[in-house]
Amino acid sequence: MVALSGGVDSSVAAALLVEAGHDVTGVTMKLWGGDSDTGCCSVSDVDDARRVAQQLDIAFHVFNFGDGFATHVVDPYVRAHADGITPNPCIECNRHLKFDALLHRAEALGFEMVATGHHARIVTGADGVARLARGADRAKDQSYVLHMLDQSQLDRVVLPLGHLTKTEVRAHAARLGLRTAAKPDSQDVCFITSTGGRTAFLGDRIPLRPGRVVDTDGADLGTVPAVELVTIGQRRGLAPGRDGTARYALDVDVDAAVVTVGPANQLEDTTIELHRVVWGHEPVLGDVLVQCSAHGDPLAAVLEFPAVPDLPEVPDSAPGTRADGGRDGIRELTVRLAAPLRRVAPGQSVVFYDGDQVLGGGIVRPSPR
Amino acid sequence: MEAYLDHAASTTPRSEAVEAMLPFLRDCYANPSGAHAMARTARKAIDESREIVAEALGARPGDVVFTSGGTEADNLAVFGVLDRDVPGDAPAVAVSSAVEHHAVLEPVVARDGRLVGVDDRGVIDLDALEAALGPDIALVSVMAVNNEVGTIQPMAEVAELVRRVAPGAVLHTDAVQAVPWLDLRPIGSAVDLLSISAHKFGGPKGVGALVARDHLSLVAQVVGGGQERDLRSGTQNVAGIVGLGAALQATTDDRHEAVHRVTKLRDRLLDGLRASVPDLVETGVRSSAASAGPDRSHRVPGIAHVCIPGVDSESLLFLLEKAGVFASAASSCASGAMEPSHVLAAMGVPRHVAGGSLRLSLGHTSTDADIDAVLAAVPPAVERLRAFS
Repeated sequence: MVALSGGVDSSVAAALLVEAGHDVTGVTMKLWGGDSDTGCCSVSDVDDARRVAQQLDIAFHVFNFGDGFATHVVDPYVRAHADGITPNPCIECNRHLKFDALLHRAEALGFEMVATGHHARIVTGADGVARLARGADRAKDQSYVLHMLDQSQLDRVVLPLGHLTKTEVRAHAARLGLRTAAKPDSQDVCFITSTGGRTAFLGDRIPLRPGRVVDTDGADLGTVPAVELVTIGQRRGLAPGRDGTARYALDVDVDAAVVTVGPANQLEDTTIELHRVVWGHEPVLGDVLVQCSAHGDPLAAVLEFPAVPDLPEVPDSAPGTRADGGRDGIRELTVRLAAPLRRVAPGQSVVFYDGDQVLGGGIVRPSPR
Repeated sequence: MEAYLDHAASTTPRSEAVEAMLPFLRDCYANPSGAHAMARTARKAIDESREIVAEALGARPGDVVFTSGGTEADNLAVFGVLDRDVPGDAPAVAVSSAVEHHAVLEPVVARDGRLVGVDDRGVIDLDALEAALGPDIALVSVMAVNNEVGTIQPMAEVAELVRRVAPGAVLHTDAVQAVPWLDLRPIGSAVDLLSISAHKFGGPKGVGALVARDHLSLVAQVVGGGQERDLRSGTQNVAGIVGLGAALQATTDDRHEAVHRVTKLRDRLLDGLRASVPDLVETGVRSSAASAGPDRSHRVPGIAHVCIPGVDSESLLFLLEKAGVFASAASSCASGAMEPSHVLAAMGVPRHVAGGSLRLSLGHTSTDADIDAVLAAVPPAVERLRAFS
């Protein structure tokens, strides 16, 4: 089974598997019934996926995972913003939909493997352990958003594009005459339109309240229209200080509707507290590389047991699913960075690497209040 | 060899229809509004088809308006009545059952109409209908046969009620799913507007008809050259209309035999499924008091609808297709994904049960071999999906 989004990557993934002689079926996941520019959900993307399947002469099905997407991705995304937390919905979609619900569906329907068009590789070592690794095209590498895959998932997933650059993928698409060859890459969150943006989406679902902007001494500096939309580290919308230096959100207290701002150097920190940690194979402590955003640089760090073990838990988006991370115990970690880094917003994911290989990852905890 | 059990979505073309259409696709291509001999031949074929439709539906030839299909006929019925000028400023309001096809439901809801509920069998609640009928009601629309579960609505009682309580209201019925199974002459005589669609009874897609009593004023929704009594402009789909007429004639001619034969197939199918999948729910069917067996008297023979707890429709359809059985869950949206059924919701079927819905629909070409294929394919598919759930 190949998950076809209607984009060029999954089209080429399917085409390469067909060329290699596999018995391939295309599946598009219907995730979102609301407005959408692109992504996996719009009718035009389903049309593109269907036309690619027709061109490749493979069976094609559309499966509705709308309920699961609402439960595991959209609702937690909205709730988290109401709590001043900034989640990564693509990671939650991979965690709960593409590599859980779809994988489960594929197994029930008798498929041996599920392929996607992600840019990452799965390598199996001499020890027989499968590990996720960065894709050949560093600029397009998506191992960060796939870090939650465990052994049982890695054993059933195929990533045919992992050894290709994006240029090579487009060349394959052109060679095969795929209608998606020149289609632009999808960007941003698939259920949020470029016209309304995050403000309109969240404003329809939760009350957005104005917030006070203060400096670290508590002096009033102004207001923001919606405290729920401010992310730690954000500069946009926060006027520069009197001396003209840029000001960044250092802290967002949604309950009190207060955003604390300061200069960039006050945003820097050398520790990150994580929870909901998951591992590809087994827990690792000590020296690793960490990546703190989808296209961030790998940074040297040390993983330790948390200094403060009883930080508040963010409500888990899905109790009882793989998000419990509990295979081998370590669900909470402190990341000690070798060099200071601008603070990573609560709700974002930090992924651990050994060289190019993913070890695991976790979610940044909100600060204790 | 595939077992086709999706006749309610579209049934096997009648060979009579295909044969009748060919001359109008190849040789007789004139515009039927023309003044020459070839045009007259086309015009004659349309007029003959119009007479067949009138005869079969208890109407007069002048009542028959050919459309592009059932959806257009339904839209013309609802909007055509609601768009009329009415004295005073009270808006014209439509009322329909909650289980109508979307071609009726969407127009009714778009104009803030009222929806009347159904019972657990899918039969319209006549008390609720009576309560919904006020002096502001311009249109009542109740389908003759439901397209998802096959429930036959009591149209004679609906008509009696509407004439008594709301004599000023226009009565429409969407009879798209009824044509293969019911003698529509009494229903056609009792209502003001009736919709049919050719491909549901062996004609081609893209053609249908609205029977509209010629004394009714309707507001055309497609305007232009004034064809079809000014109610549906545009050059007629001559071959399609000819195919519709031929298919309707063939369907009417052997309806009695088909109903008898398909009823037996349907009963064998449902009894067999109930025996092999014990907790399967035959949607909206109660036990009859006399025999303690299922009472299917309110159902057309062509639609067998079941819900299988613990199974999701998409997966079940996938495995049935692998086993060579083509069926459906009921409705699909533009993307092709399954959406929750408004019909099952209105019947009070819980969402988790409705998620395992399966519509197996039969038609004039269904055979015992089709039933055998379903009875062989469903139990192992259900067992497999339950093992993985």
